[in-house]
Amino acid sequence: MPDPASEKPKTPCSGNCSCAGGNTTPPASANGTTRRAVLKGIGATLGIAAYAKALAPLTELTKQTSMDEFLQKHYKELSKDEIATVLKRLTRETKEQYGADVTINDPKPIDGVKFGYALNLSICNGCRKCAEACHIENNHDRPSHQSYIRVFEMTKGSMDFEKANAHYDHPVPQPDKYYMPVQCQQCEHPPCVDVCPVEATWKEKDGIVVVDYNWCIGCRYCEAACPYHARRFNWQKPQIPAAEINPVQSYLSNRIRPQGVMEKCTFCLHRTRNGRLPACLEACPTGARVFGDLNDPNSEIRWVLENKRVFVLKEELGLKPQFFYFFDE
Amino acid sequence: MSRLLKKHPGLAWIALVVFTSVCSLAVLWAQKNRSTTAVAPAVKSEAKPDLHPVTIKPGPPTPRLDTGLKDPHGKPITVACSTCHSTTTPNADRKTAHDLVQAHRGLSYAHGNLTCLSCHNAKDYDTLHLADGRSVAFPDVMTLCAQCHGTAMRDYTHGSHGGMTGHWDLTRGPRVKNNCVNCHDPHHPKFPLVKPVLPPRDRISVPKEPAGNDKH
Ligand code: HEC
Ligand code: HEC
Ligand code: HEC
Ligand code: HEC
Repeated sequence: MPDPASEKPKTPCSGNCSCAGGNTTPPASANGTTRRAVLKGIGATLGIAAYAKALAPLTELTKQTSMDEFLQKHYKELSKDEIATVLKRLTRETKEQYGADVTINDPKPIDGVKFGYALNLSICNGCRKCAEACHIENNHDRPSHQSYIRVFEMTKGSMDFEKANAHYDHPVPQPDKYYMPVQCQQCEHPPCVDVCPVEATWKEKDGIVVVDYNWCIGCRYCEAACPYHARRFNWQKPQIPAAEINPVQSYLSNRIRPQGVMEKCTFCLHRTRNGRLPACLEACPTGARVFGDLNDPNSEIRWVLENKRVFVLKEELGLKPQFFYFFDE
Repeated sequence: MSRLLKKHPGLAWIALVVFTSVCSLAVLWAQKNRSTTAVAPAVKSEAKPDLHPVTIKPGPPTPRLDTGLKDPHGKPITVACSTCHSTTTPNADRKTAHDLVQAHRGLSYAHGNLTCLSCHNAKDYDTLHLADGRSVAFPDVMTLCAQCHGTAMRDYTHGSHGGMTGHWDLTRGPRVKNNCVNCHDPHHPKFPLVKPVLPPRDRISVPKEPAGNDKH
């Protein structure tokens, strides 16, 4: 059984960096000292993309908006008023850069609610409509077909991802195959959060692991740490025609991400924290997906957990995913 | 929390009172919820006073046969099923469609080993019927499906078969559920093959890609 801790990337610090190493970094301070210190050190160990990202704010300081962005505090340090200002700025920037009128909100976790998701592998037919819905809902980069969901075509009776194929392009389902959509499993013990050197990603009360895209430095440690390959890196500034932009956005979820930062599935928190179902569930033409509040004993998700033989991916890692799979008997 | 309680012991009492009342409320709420979810959903809607409704999409309208003729306005002329079937002799043994010659040519049919009249009502072709002979209107076809597919219906009732749209939280808004026949054609219920959409184009699509294989 592999020890999850041993899979973590090694400490980033190799340069003139004040941090004590990936996990033991003191909480990111309000003025961003820690974050900037890490930024400086990171160029030495990482590729050009991350380095360019690290420098970007410095090279763009001539523009007022970038100055505001550069000086922005960590999400958790922002007061209500400050968040309102940030949301206004982001709305304006979206208009400037994408020509779209959007509304960016910041819905908070609902007290006492913990989200869970389950997927019926006997029903899923691998059509990838969920991935497509995610692509649209979450304002993903169009040319790269980006989506938080990857659907693997698996051989019946096997759980071997090495032999799985995510690029299949034939009519589905094939008789000897089953299909496994994989997205962020919202682990109880998320390794991606542990490795972030600047605390740009964390787990919220309702179980959702989020990213502050304005705090993320794009070092990609979290991407490497995730055993489900659920995190994506914005190699380019996302390209989306104005008419296709989903205008209902939130700070921690589907607002258009800047270049050079990590992004991930948030169970569509801009929808689910308002009581709605995730976009991938609504789009599923087979009805394979079940979503709800794990704390509510009468919820659909609880019924599945209690009446189906559910399992989680890579259980041996001990990360306690809040995403469950099952087969009908 | 404990530090807070040490400073203000009165808080403990308040907390206890709040806690017990929340508990009893929760129990009440759970009971109320149970009583409404225990019954199979009515085919149309199961509205509750304080919760938004869960609506099930209607079943098919009562079908009519297209005669192939047009009325003076160019609209197709259709006739009720009973038009002919009040005079034909019902064929209780029919369980295939390939030899239908006089009518209903080209109907594709593959549903277990069922005869046509397991569902269609020999006494009134404008309706369907249950095993005990009671007639079921076409829009209520789910009652009929449920009779033979108890497990699927149970899963459906608990939201784990058939899909839905709208709200997971009914205190915030309504929910709409599909009808069985939105996904399963009653004559050949197997879910059809489909072409997948949006093939991924990103670099790491297969987990465990050998290190250093990243194409920048
Ligand atoms: C134009 C006259 C006509 C109309 C209208 C008509 N049918 Fe039929 N139907 C027939 C005939 C004739 C047969 C026997 C076909 C054969 O054996 O080739 C038949 C057979 C059937 C059968 C097979 C069982 C049996 O009794 O043979 C079913 C079920 C059926 N029809 C249903 C319907 C339904 C539902 C409608 C309305 C959409 C409908 N029919 C409308 C003429 C009609
Ligand atoms: C599982 C129940 C079931 C069985 C078995 C069944 N039907 Fe139907 N049939 C329906 C339902 C429900 C509809 C209405 C469907 C709609 O309009 O979408 C229908 C509609 C029809 C219609 C009119 C619409 C159309 O599709 O042309 C005809 C004709 C018909 N059935 C003939 C038959 C014949 C012939 C058989 C046997 C070979 C048969 N049915 C077996 C449930 C059944
Ligand atoms: C009179 C009993 C009966 C009724 C009514 C009935 N079915 Fe079936 N259904 C069967 C049988 C028998 C099978 C075949 C089971 C098997 O092959 O194991 C079947 C199979 C199926 C399958 C699996 C098909 C496949 O090939 O995978 C589906 C889906 C299905 N039915 C849906 C429905 C729906 C939807 C309705 C209502 C419109 C319905 N059934 C009404 C008896 C019934
Ligand atoms: C959102 C689409 C959808 C709806 C709505 C839906 N099903 Fe299904 N159902 C599926 C899919 C997909 C499968 C798996 C593929 C298959 O067997 O065709 C399936 C499988 C089945 C099976 C075969 C499963 C087995 O164990 O053999 C039955 C029976 C069935 N459904 C009955 C129903 C009934 C009854 C309803 C209404 C209460 C219903 N379904 C509603 C999509 C749906």
